[in-house]
Amino acid sequence: MFLNILLQTQTIVQKDIPLPLPVPEWVLVVVLVSMFLVHILFINFMVGGSILTLVYQLLGLRKPDYDKLAYEVAQTITVNKSMAVVMGIAPLLAINTVYTTYFYTANALTGLMWILIIPLVTIAFLLLYAHKFLWHKLDNNKFLHISILATAVAIFLFVPLIFLTNVNLMMFPDKWSVVEGFLSALVLPNVFPRYLHFLNACMAASGLLLVWYFGRKDFDFEEKFPMLSRYNVRKNLYTVTFYGSVVQFLVGPIVLVTLPSQGLGWNVLLVIFTGASIAIVAMVWLWKEITGPAAQFGRHFTKIALTMGVVVLFMGSGRQLYRSNVIDPHRKLVAKKTAEYEKLVKEAQAEALKPKTTETAAATHPGEAIFQMNCVACHQVNDKLVGPSMVEAAGIYKGNLDGLMGWIRQPGKKREGPAMPAQAHLGDDKIKQVAEWVLTLNK
Amino acid sequence: MDFPIFHLDFIGNRALIAIIAVLHAVINHALAVGLMPVVAMLEIKGFRLLKTNPELAEKWDALAYRILFVAFLITTTIGAMTGVGIWFSASLVNPASIASLIRVFFGAWFVEWLVFVTEVVLILFYFLTWKKLKANLLQKFKHVKYGLFLSFFSWITMAIIVSILSFMMDTGNWNNDRTFLYGFLNPVYLPQLFFRTPLAMTMGGMIAMFLTLIYTRKDLEFRKVALRSISKWVLIWGPLAAAGAMLYYYMIPKSLVGNLPVAMGTLEFQNWYSQIVVIVIVAIGLVIGMANWSYFRPQTAPAWLAGVSILLVVGLMGHFERLREFIRKPYVIGEYMYSNGLRVEDYPLLQRDGVLKHANFVASKEVTDDNMLEAGRDVFILTCSRCHTTNGAVNPMTGKFTDMFGTKPWETAQLKGYIKNMHSARYFMPPFPGNDRELDALCAYIKELQTNPQPVSGAQDGLGFNKPKPSQPVAAVR
Repeated sequence: MFLNILLQTQTIVQKDIPLPLPVPEWVLVVVLVSMFLVHILFINFMVGGSILTLVYQLLGLRKPDYDKLAYEVAQTITVNKSMAVVMGIAPLLAINTVYTTYFYTANALTGLMWILIIPLVTIAFLLLYAHKFLWHKLDNNKFLHISILATAVAIFLFVPLIFLTNVNLMMFPDKWSVVEGFLSALVLPNVFPRYLHFLNACMAASGLLLVWYFGRKDFDFEEKFPMLSRYNVRKNLYTVTFYGSVVQFLVGPIVLVTLPSQGLGWNVLLVIFTGASIAIVAMVWLWKEITGPAAQFGRHFTKIALTMGVVVLFMGSGRQLYRSNVIDPHRKLVAKKTAEYEKLVKEAQAEALKPKTTETAAATHPGEAIFQMNCVACHQVNDKLVGPSMVEAAGIYKGNLDGLMGWIRQPGKKREGPAMPAQAHLGDDKIKQVAEWVLTLNK
Repeated sequence: MDFPIFHLDFIGNRALIAIIAVLHAVINHALAVGLMPVVAMLEIKGFRLLKTNPELAEKWDALAYRILFVAFLITTTIGAMTGVGIWFSASLVNPASIASLIRVFFGAWFVEWLVFVTEVVLILFYFLTWKKLKANLLQKFKHVKYGLFLSFFSWITMAIIVSILSFMMDTGNWNNDRTFLYGFLNPVYLPQLFFRTPLAMTMGGMIAMFLTLIYTRKDLEFRKVALRSISKWVLIWGPLAAAGAMLYYYMIPKSLVGNLPVAMGTLEFQNWYSQIVVIVIVAIGLVIGMANWSYFRPQTAPAWLAGVSILLVVGLMGHFERLREFIRKPYVIGEYMYSNGLRVEDYPLLQRDGVLKHANFVASKEVTDDNMLEAGRDVFILTCSRCHTTNGAVNPMTGKFTDMFGTKPWETAQLKGYIKNMHSARYFMPPFPGNDRELDALCAYIKELQTNPQPVSGAQDGLGFNKPKPSQPVAAVR
């Protein structure tokens, strides 16, 4: 039934690459989902970490210890950003392979922004390094120093929109013929809710990472930040995670509602709601950590981190299920179209191989046939084209077969325009035949 | 073969991919494959002196760290992102080809990724623990080992990717033996590796020399010692790089025999090919001269000259990459897919029915008397635009035809005659894939370009002509 609906709308159906998948599809999907989650986790750490660095540095204008705290957080970004890039390659390979036509079509339709990701992120990375390594040199110019970071954060806030626009657009072939570049694809209904969802995840994940980072036993917090309390800083970071998660419960439903319904099914909802229920458990622990006695602080951390990890796994799987719900019927059409096209290709090939009836026998001299095969792109018999006419050449080389053959083998350059390429690859026999034919043009 | 077509009508699509890819290859060769072993070597120099001469040991260590710092800054930003950029730009410029390659080389690229992850983790460890693992000899020894592992894995990433590159060069085997292993066995693999390895080591050494000249301005005594060992490194690898280049140079025609004999007959190829010897002599000659200078007269060696020789070696490398790309023509995948993204086996069908009929993102499926220019533009986008711009900076159609036919109004017969036969006259051009009516439309469009050059937009601009108009239902779904 679904196929029929698709058939009636103006949906573009492409041909796929007619080569088999290198490994079973489920392997690619597992690589795609699992490695994407690892990638996005590091991205969350990178984006959330940059935002928190900025916040701490602004607080540091009043209370210098916060500036030092910002410096500590900035150290984590270097590692997280490199891991984020390298962990992104595996899911990129997998999505290229499984969803070739969908992904590449979305890439092309938003092409300029898509390729701009490369310079934009490079610039953001360089700015982050400048920010990190010039920290003490710029102590007296905090405005410039913070501006450098703010620019990097601004880039980090923009780039996810390009990715989200792409992975959203790739799912909806019915939109391909109506979008006009990146901006019009950006305003498709689902992009911004997903973007908010992503930003919340960044804050929640980074909060949790830093709770761990500042809680490590060998991290000498009290020595480094005499004015701050380790407990308070970590509690505040827990609060960031907690609020991030609470807001997800508001944004999540918006994401669901704005998703085009063609991909929603009980399987998706079941997975998402299971994930959400597990998240509630984690949030209860978070609440206990924030409100509980300071002496027992940190005892739920491992449980929270693990359950949050499970939540992420459920949400990632739900995302993939939605995608396959929405694309799979269309993929069937694509497979059918591809098979039909391949059949046409084979038929046309067979047809072309059939011996032609008469026309080839037209050339009388064997040299003329060689001329027709190899020379007519630049030469005509009677008129100048790129090179001189053959009648003219015949006049120049009258009685000089060797000279003409030599020229064909290794031409020089006598006139305006492009020089003639050497034709030695034809072999002496053919060169001789064509030269003989040219000389027959002398009347 | 069936994608909306991204197109840059000024710099051209090939330039986009070339800029990103060459930048990535140069950074990879010079700063990762080549420079990491030099840094490890300098660190070991210091490590050995740790007991006997701690003051000098610290100087070696500081120099190694400062050089690594530069490499770290560049490789983890521009280097890493241009690596991703190759994927992004390839998927925009020739999606059919990269999609086909990935269906075959997924395993190779996956292994490459695993090695790459190791390399990134190692460089993070190596750089970020440098100052922490310094307390005693045992810690330092551990750190020295990271450097050696990192050097090894950097080289392995290159060794794997060269296999894929060689496979793409060794035309014809796509149809017979589409495996990753074949990449290692094919005749250009080892020459490429013998060329790239010492070239990378030479570049790494030259960059270390350049940075040392800058960093030791205030310590001329140490400069002397440091420059001597770096020069030795360059003097060992430089001649090997020249030898590797020459071996590769001799193997290129051998790899073409039986595959692309005609490529040797084209002027462009002959020019590039004959320039190689000169470029090798000049670039490597200057490198060796510079290394001798800094070995024997370290006090007077000028940093700028080291910089110039680095640029020349980059030029040499770029020249080889261009040549390598050229050899692939007219195919993007040997004897399987032409540079225009159409398969060889598609041709009989497309030449019979036309390219428009089987394309999705075009304004009309057929050439009529009323839509000649519009259809011609679509034919241009489908069949020419992967390599040519209309009137842009790189490979403009108008420029090519002006070279051939001059500035007076071109005639349809001229254009048609040339395009029909260009594959036999200029082997690196694929044959025209469409039917006769489409050729007429293309010629009409080219003639229009001569008098009224208008840039053409790609799919990314979504101007409507390149894809079905709302009023024009897609007839493809039947």
